[in-house]
Order: sequence, then C-alpha cells, then structure tokens
Amino acid sequence: MSDIRIDVLYTKNDEWVKVENDIATIGITDYAQSHLGDIVFVEPCEEGQEIKKNDVLTTVESVKSAADIYSPISGVVTEFNASIDEEADIMNKEPFDGGWICKMKITNPDDLKDLLSPDQYRAAKVD
Amino acid sequence: MEKLFLTPLYDEHTKLGANMIPFAGFKMPIVYTSMIEEHMAVRDHAGIFDVSHMGEIEITGKDALAFTDYLIANRLSDANDGDIKYSPLLYSDGGEVDDLLAYKIDSEHVLLVVNASNVDKDFDHILSVKESRPDLECKIVNISSEWGQVAFQGPKAEDVLQKIASGDLSQLKVFTFTKMDVAGVQTVISRTGYTGEDGFEILAKNTSITTVWSAILKAGSTEGVLPCGLGSRDTLRFEAFLWLYGNDIDKTTNPIEAGQGFAVKLDKDFVGAETCRKAKENGITRKLVGFEIEGKMIPRHGYIIYSDGKEIGQVTSGSFCPKTQKVCAVGYIKKELSKIGTKVTIKVRSKDVSATIVKKPFYKGTSGRSDRR
Repeated sequence: MSDIRIDVLYTKNDEWVKVENDIATIGITDYAQSHLGDIVFVEPCEEGQEIKKNDVLTTVESVKSAADIYSPISGVVTEFNASIDEEADIMNKEPFDGGWICKMKITNPDDLKDLLSPDQYRAAKVD
Repeated sequence: MEKLFLTPLYDEHTKLGANMIPFAGFKMPIVYTSMIEEHMAVRDHAGIFDVSHMGEIEITGKDALAFTDYLIANRLSDANDGDIKYSPLLYSDGGEVDDLLAYKIDSEHVLLVVNASNVDKDFDHILSVKESRPDLECKIVNISSEWGQVAFQGPKAEDVLQKIASGDLSQLKVFTFTKMDVAGVQTVISRTGYTGEDGFEILAKNTSITTVWSAILKAGSTEGVLPCGLGSRDTLRFEAFLWLYGNDIDKTTNPIEAGQGFAVKLDKDFVGAETCRKAKENGITRKLVGFEIEGKMIPRHGYIIYSDGKEIGQVTSGSFCPKTQKVCAVGYIKKELSKIGTKVTIKVRSKDVSATIVKKPFYKGTSGRSDRR
C-alpha cells in the first residue's frame, strides 16, 4: 500500500501540494512514483515562469516512459528542486520529502478548493 | 476487456509482489522491486525471468530440416543435433515476420522458439509457406500452451544452476541445448539468452516449471540472484544491442539493414531471399545504428533524427542504460550518414538533443552477440 501523507493536498492525477502562506510546494505521490518506476530525469522548470492550472509543469522520465506532470494550481515558479536535477531517483525514494519538484507562488488561491483531502485521495485510490 | 492468459508462474509473481501488466495477451511481471536493481543483478550476479509467454512451434517429419531451411533466413541443415540458430523469419518481400531461435533436435525434428506477441501470426505464416511447398513432407504443430520457460542469465548463472542440475553445464556450449534434470524435473536447457550475459533458457512442461523457478531462486539466494521482470529484460537486451521485434525490426525492415546479415544465408533458397540478395548487391539505403545521447532526455520509439535540419531517420528504441549510466538510442538512418562518430540531432518532444553514432553493443557482457550464429 502506498504512503499517503496527511499534511498535504492531492490531485486525482497523483500530485501533492503543500501550502505554506502563499507558497505551494508540488510533488508526485508515492503511488505515482511506484507506477512510474525508476525515475532517471526530470525536466527542470524555470524560475519566474508563470504556469496556469493544468499546464504541463514538467516531464518525468522513468526507465520505461515519459510522463507529463500537470500543474495542480496556477502560480509563478520560485524554485526548482536542484536535488532532483542531480539525482532524479530521490523522487522514488522520498516522493513527499527530498523528492519535491518545485515551489510556486500561488496566484489564484481558489484553485486550492479543487484539491483533494488526504481522505478523499485515499478513497480515490481504492478502486 | 480481453481475457489475459496466465503463465504457470503467475502465483509466484504475485507472491513476490510483482507489478503485473498485460503483454502479448498474458499477464506478465514488468518489475518486482526496481528495474535498475534487476538489471544490475543480471550484469553483476544473475537474474531469473519468466518467459513462459514465448511461443514454441514444432516441425517434424522426413523433410523437417529442408523445410526449415526454406522457411528461415539462417541454415539449420548443416547444424549438429543439439545446435541452435538465431534467425529472422521473413515474408516473401523480405520484411520481417519475427526473429526466432531454431533448435535442431534431430534430422526429423525442429523446434522454433518465437516471440510471444507473434505466435499466431508466425504459425499462420509457417502454414502458408508449407502450402506453397507440398513437395516437402513435414508436420507443423503449435505447442506453445504446453510449455513453460525461464531464462536464467548472468555471470553467476552457471555456478548457481550447477548446484541443482543433473549434468555438467560447463560442457554446454553457447548456442547449443541438451536434455537435463533441474531440481528433479525434466528440462531442455540451452545456453542462450537475451541480455548480453552468459546464461541459460530452460524449457519445462507447464506442470513442472514452478519447481525449476523456485529451486533456482533458492539456490541463488546467497548469490545475489533476483527475479527480474520484462522491464529489465528490455533494458538488458537494449544495452546489449539485441533487436526487439515490433520496435527495431518489423514487416517494413529487412535483415540486411537491421544488421542481421550474419544470420542470412544467401547461398540457399528461402522465403524473402530475393530482397536480401538485392540489398547485398545494390547496397542498403538505411542502416540500424546506435547513438549515445548528450544529457538525460530519453529518445523513444518513433522520434525523428535530423542532420543539418533535414530528417534522416527514426529512433526505434531508446533507454537509460543502467550499467553504463548513459542514455542511448537505436534507429535507422541514411546509409551515407551511418559512420561511427557522426553527430546528429534527435527531437525529444519539443527539444533538440545532440547524439553521436557509437559502436555497438552499448555494453558487452559475458556473452557476446558474435556468438549469436
């Protein structure tokens, strides 16, 4: 059974969002990393880049496939996680911690209302 | 949804917590823990794969060898009993139906081991070739559903398997097979594989293949032996520059441009020979080559290769190579641009990625592809 943290919000596409004031940290869930398999490359997102909700935030390459990650919210990228540029497999090892993808300044706080609570996400993962 | 077949080892895979996917009509393990870990286990120690989904087609009768020589591009008739030949199987226009291993059991008995995704197509093709040769007496039977198969591959495979095998494995030469008991079970063992490493492929009846699988895992438990899924099977064959049907070869490619000329015997008559002869005489227009990629973006099947802004070819396979830690690709490009050292550009989604043509294979393991004759 994959790990589900209780201090973050989720999308049905298996991303997580952690909100601190007006900054959101975004990553992929344990469920997502286990389905992608060994991750070898993450396309860096650029700082200062403005991203709309549901735009492609980055592409994650695993040994078997390339998966687009869609932004769960609208915002401006303030930081890309340099660790995943060096060792992409940290997303496999620590999807909720060292394997976060980027931080973003939230431009439309209403987007957060569409995210799933941990319980809703858990329910969505049980078929 | 289409009903999927289960191999006799299905329960073992679920016990081991494998991630199962549909493949070639079967529910198959793609990975148990990590593709990279499984890949490295085979390179450094040994790994076992369930390949029970592979097809087995038997040709028997007075003219079994003559028919096989007409059917496949390689020659089996001058082989010894117990020899195996790798061969392309061609349509009459020279396009590839499949690639396969042909086992010479004796002068009236041949076994073809074919790709899982092609079993039905191959069988129909073989029957139609037979119809065109009523002069040759032989019987063709698809026995795929009776047999299970495991591949046990890696530098430690011989030592581990020897612990539970009834015969002397050091006497089993590359590309030969023999009957032997493994863990008390009757099997057909061949020194062949699809990983670039030394190793064995072991056929046993459906009812006893589980005994073989479990005994190998037990015998190898202290030697770093891991169960390996289709994911690492693909990265291993890729690193060793072995063809994957459907990716690198298909009905639109011929064996000469694919670099399989060593398995094409032009001094005999066979289905598809004319195209191969022309390709040899007039030269080929494109060639399958290997690329090393700058950076970490992975070119995948179908991505376009450019030189000076002009399209010059297409990627057929691409992967991160766990052993060499490099990203590589394989693809067809124009013959005149296929020299080693040539720089090209590959479009990976929206980005242009630099690549250089390099020598194949990307990694040479304990069993070289020069042995694939």
